[in-house]
Amino acid sequence: MLVSKLKVLRSHGKQFIPDLQGVKLPDTFRGRPRITGPIPSELAGELERICPVGAITAEPFSLDTGRCVFCNECAMRAPQHIVFTSDYRLSSADRDALVVRENAPEAIDFRADKVRTCIHRLFGRALKLREVSAGGDNATEMELNASMNVNFDFSRFGIDFVASPRHADGVVLTGPLTENMARALEICYNSIPAPRILILAGSDAVSGGLFADSPALQRDFLDRYPVDLYIPGNPVHPLTFIDGIMTLLGHYRREPWLQAQ
Amino acid sequence: MGMNAHWDKTMNRWLKIDPREGRVSLNELPRLAYAELYDDLNRCLQDENFHVASYFGVTVPEGVLLICLVADDASGGVWLASYLYGEGGERILPSLTAVHPALHVFEREMTENFGICFADSPWNKPLRYAHDRADRRQSMNCYPFYAIEGEALHEVNVGPIHAGIIEPGCFRFICNGEQIVHLEIMLGYQHRGVERLLRETDNRLRQTLLCESVAGDSAVAHGSAYAMLVERLGQRPASEVLELERAIALELERIAVHLADTGALCMDIGYQLGQVACEALRTIVINTTQAWCGNRFGKGLIRPGGSFYPLTDGLRTLVRNNMEEVRRRFAEVTDDLLDSASVLARFEDCGVLTRTQALRIGAVGEAARASDLKRDVRASHPWGPYGALIVHEPVMAAGGDVFSRLKIRLGEVMQSISYVNTLIDRLDEIPEKSPRPDYTFPLAPSALAFSMQEGWRGEIVHVGLTDAGGRLCAYKLKDPSLHNWLGLALAVRGEGISDFPICNKSFNLSYCGHDL
Ligand code: SF4
Repeated sequence: MLVSKLKVLRSHGKQFIPDLQGVKLPDTFRGRPRITGPIPSELAGELERICPVGAITAEPFSLDTGRCVFCNECAMRAPQHIVFTSDYRLSSADRDALVVRENAPEAIDFRADKVRTCIHRLFGRALKLREVSAGGDNATEMELNASMNVNFDFSRFGIDFVASPRHADGVVLTGPLTENMARALEICYNSIPAPRILILAGSDAVSGGLFADSPALQRDFLDRYPVDLYIPGNPVHPLTFIDGIMTLLGHYRREPWLQAQ
Repeated sequence: MGMNAHWDKTMNRWLKIDPREGRVSLNELPRLAYAELYDDLNRCLQDENFHVASYFGVTVPEGVLLICLVADDASGGVWLASYLYGEGGERILPSLTAVHPALHVFEREMTENFGICFADSPWNKPLRYAHDRADRRQSMNCYPFYAIEGEALHEVNVGPIHAGIIEPGCFRFICNGEQIVHLEIMLGYQHRGVERLLRETDNRLRQTLLCESVAGDSAVAHGSAYAMLVERLGQRPASEVLELERAIALELERIAVHLADTGALCMDIGYQLGQVACEALRTIVINTTQAWCGNRFGKGLIRPGGSFYPLTDGLRTLVRNNMEEVRRRFAEVTDDLLDSASVLARFEDCGVLTRTQALRIGAVGEAARASDLKRDVRASHPWGPYGALIVHEPVMAAGGDVFSRLKIRLGEVMQSISYVNTLIDRLDEIPEKSPRPDYTFPLAPSALAFSMQEGWRGEIVHVGLTDAGGRLCAYKLKDPSLHNWLGLALAVRGEGISDFPICNKSFNLSYCGHDL
């Protein structure tokens, strides 16, 4: 018995990633798009038409990563103009900053100036989150679970998911926010002691994504409560999530690097 | 007279389709009277090899057409028939659920979506509170939960939001002390209107993505079902390379989720070694898929007509090496797990779904196989490399308990690893590459096609209809969860409520796949 356990342990080895910021994702990973302009207007129009979620605007050309489901189709049609880089740092405190334009700086602007001042002070050392899935397809949900697993071990920073909203400091919403889940989400959110934060994880949470046009959604909750963090992805990669939260809390900084470019 | 001939005779009013063809012209679709449909279904479902693969309503100019697909696991045949609701003047139909409970999901959906009344249905409750339901006054807030009176009984409500990071659904337990007497599961919170969005768009890329998102943990399986369906409608069969690559992706998806589920079961009983070892192994597998197509869930990989991500020589080596690593380490985990009496004590004889129950509720996939019911599309209705390069013999278990469902996973991880290797070996022999995706080939007008896949949960069935202009005008999806949720509800009866989490994990059903 003991021998079999030792064998598992030996093969298991050390799994956790000591330096999460040092990880490079493979080139195939579709992270922040880089758009090299100018894109001829005919091509731009075609890209706008083929995008299955309306993330592309032709004039002036832009790609909204808050809508994008990272299908890669536009980059395959216009490889000399659009490349999805493996930069997984996709989140921002500002919805507008998710829109990438031609020849934009080599980073999504986090807009740390938009972060409510109480967030660093109250949650900087410990943050407990309640996840609510409202039409999520279980991919982002599994990635949020994975961010706590043996590899990413996010709870090493004092950040955890908890079972009860009463124990939580905020909600992480996944999914496009279905009509049938709207009431439960609001009850949950209001059960969290104020001040509370709201995080949208995944392109479907940020914009409705593929389901944005569906009458089965009811997203007015998002008009009534402030959103602190937008995290694009389909699904959100654990590193994207970890980077987003850590930047929100002021532990990671994106701006100096942005200015260096 | 052989069995096949016998059934050909019994089902002579139906159209028998070769499942490898999977397409018929709509004017060949037999139209039966309801009494005929009822009799034929009632009769064939008495043979346990038969099950209803799909049964649904579509709006046509004359009203609501009910279309039924029956699959025969013994012969590999699929029979098709339809009935125009109210054609014989009837408004209230005799319910088949009363005789064959497996049909409850289909009849409930017809009632919910079209207001079709079934007489004597024992369980005609709302299925998912679809946005387009016939009666918008039906509200989730007044779901008619089953209740039992009794001084010793109490009710426990769990959900829709659960303790962990999982999808929402409402579980209402009736307990006698700690013991579960009855569980009713109410779903619908995840309803996004997928089928409506599918028929409202002509953008086939968008349709592909919608199918990839039916259940994110089954992106490859649902994506492949979609691709196969439009390829059938367009008479554009996938090349061998493409089929091999899709099968590799499907088996990788199965391995990854089975590893995750094994880890989750270990976690729920506090067996941390098994949990962390499985988490690490799952990471290897999904990172392999990510190296291949840029997405850990395989989103982006499956496209109609072709692929943007050929499995290059370098990737083949990576997949082979990683499979070998997982095989070696998972064998050690399995040894330790099976050698730990305290682990087995929690899993054995817990949450039993008997074979009879599994059969009656129409269980499919791994849950059915764990209850000694052989339902596996890879064996019964094989496609692509299945039935040819891979002659699939399903992994089976007889106990119907949590342990049996775990054993299916342990066995299938190893089996799928060997399949992946076989598929890559064959790929090595073919010089061609798969073509690029094609979203524009014309589809046959006024036709019906279906596709079946064995995802890691079980049988996935997609059915699509085109109009006279060759436009996809109706799309019906079926995730295996649709059938198996009732299996979970039955399996927990008599168990302590504290064992519910491991029973639930042992099924690991999809909420969004059910709610659509
Ligand atoms: S990758 Fe994003 S922007 Fe490009 S086509 Fe797909 S969804 Fe649209």
